[in-house]
Amino acid sequence: MSELDGAARAQAPATEIVQFDNVGLRYGTDREVLSDVSFTLFPGSFYFLTGASGAGKTSLLKLLYLAQRPSRGAIRMFGSDAITTPREMLPMLRRRLGVVFQDFRLVPHLSAYDNVALPLRVAGVSERELAGPVTDMLEWVGLADRMAARPATLSGGEQQRVAIARAVIGRPDLLVADEPTGNVDPDMAIKLLRLFEALNRLGTTVVVATHDVHLLRKVPDSLIMRLDKGRLADPTGALRYPPRPSVPGGAR
Amino acid sequence: MSEPRALRLTDLFARHLGGEGQQADIVPQSRLSGPIPWVIAIMVALMVIAAAGGLALRNTGRAAASELSGGITVQIVEARPEERDRQARSALAAMAGMPGVTGAQLVPQTELDALVEPWLGSAGGSAGVTEGGAVPVPALIDAQVAGRLSADRLAQLQAALRQTAPGARVDAQSTWLAPVFGAIASLQWLSLALIVFLALATGAAVLLAARTALGNNRATIEIVHLLGGTDAQIARIFQRSIARDAIGGALAGSGAALVVILLLGRSFAALQAGIITGGVLSVSDWAMLVLVPAAAVVLATVTARWTVIGALKGML
Repeated sequence: MSELDGAARAQAPATEIVQFDNVGLRYGTDREVLSDVSFTLFPGSFYFLTGASGAGKTSLLKLLYLAQRPSRGAIRMFGSDAITTPREMLPMLRRRLGVVFQDFRLVPHLSAYDNVALPLRVAGVSERELAGPVTDMLEWVGLADRMAARPATLSGGEQQRVAIARAVIGRPDLLVADEPTGNVDPDMAIKLLRLFEALNRLGTTVVVATHDVHLLRKVPDSLIMRLDKGRLADPTGALRYPPRPSVPGGAR
Repeated sequence: MSEPRALRLTDLFARHLGGEGQQADIVPQSRLSGPIPWVIAIMVALMVIAAAGGLALRNTGRAAASELSGGITVQIVEARPEERDRQARSALAAMAGMPGVTGAQLVPQTELDALVEPWLGSAGGSAGVTEGGAVPVPALIDAQVAGRLSADRLAQLQAALRQTAPGARVDAQSTWLAPVFGAIASLQWLSLALIVFLALATGAAVLLAARTALGNNRATIEIVHLLGGTDAQIARIFQRSIARDAIGGALAGSGAALVVILLLGRSFAALQAGIITGGVLSVSDWAMLVLVPAAAVVLATVTARWTVIGALKGML
């Protein structure tokens, strides 16, 4: 573990993994796409993020996977202030995240195997050590016979499975998935959801943005975050920040 | 459903988080290559040739200066042959007793005749005649003096010689070649300036190539960035690629330059002119020439790194 990573982890408290406090986001001089968003994500919890198109789901996810800084408010991730954390420390925070992008964002000239291996290579895992887990993961998402295939030769569903395998291969502390089952058949959608649940049982906090209301019922213990015109609806107060002392670990 | 093995390898991943492990070719090499190896090859060839020229000129200048250092020529300008001979002998005798004069020899008449032959013909010197008679050619004494030859010292020598040889005129041999030395020095500066400009052009070409490669691969870089790749890791990908191109280009350019230098060396050696043979490159000169392509590779790599790091600073 590097010194930077050690420092980043040393600051992590045992409780909240992510805290948003009155966060607002606007692009340029346009109106805010997110306003007064406050919530807490607890370790090992499973969240669905729902909302109509244009409600701000993708913008919220961008803040979560540190691709964007908010226009106002405060964000803490893994115990660090994500807004004031020096730029050179951000990679260490990002390595604790797994992200499934809506448009997959696979590296076009790398094979399925190399795309899945990418986060481990970035983290410095040796080829010998990463070969087993990568092969295993590709087998598990049903792509054992497509390891050498490049993204352009894969179907949309296959690309999505590669993107998911890449996101979870490093067993992240926080998994953020934007419409992860949008391009796969119902059976594969359930299988992938089970993968997320398995990861969740191992302690990973999962946030899945989806339009699919049927998906919400498949994970009964999940919490639902609903965005409406850039504002977070939290009728039960389970997500509120600061959390209520009586609801440690979030209301389930 | 069993969990994939990857999910049970928490310790493994934790142990390696933060490491700076090996990088696959995340950026396709064909996109980075393009014209850069050829541009570097041409630049390196020109820089090596310019450097070799500069070093050869420096050696030529040094050899000539060393040969002429302390050398003086005494001319006895006297139209009457007998008197000229008498003054030449008197001057030689006087110089033998002068402090600081380490040697003096009368240039034989046959050599003088040969010197003026291209202008006055084979019989133009001592025995030659024009319509008015023989053309008077001064007698020459080639002498060596220890210590620095200042204008004052030359004037003192001339004054002392004129007491016995009124027609004596003293010149330092180096003053004849002063314009040549000046030209050599100018050419040396020119070769240095060429090297500097070529190095700048190489840096600019690499900078443009790195920026183009960055633009072409922006989407991939963003992915690596969001997966936790550091600026240094991403820069290393480009650095390695440019370094590979630069090494290939430097080798090709050095090879071409070597051929040119050897051919030029043979051509100049064939001239068998004394001043030019002094320009032969020494072992240390060749070692310096080897440093040129090495420096070009370092310059290209460092330029690529700075360019990429600078561009990445614009990302969160």
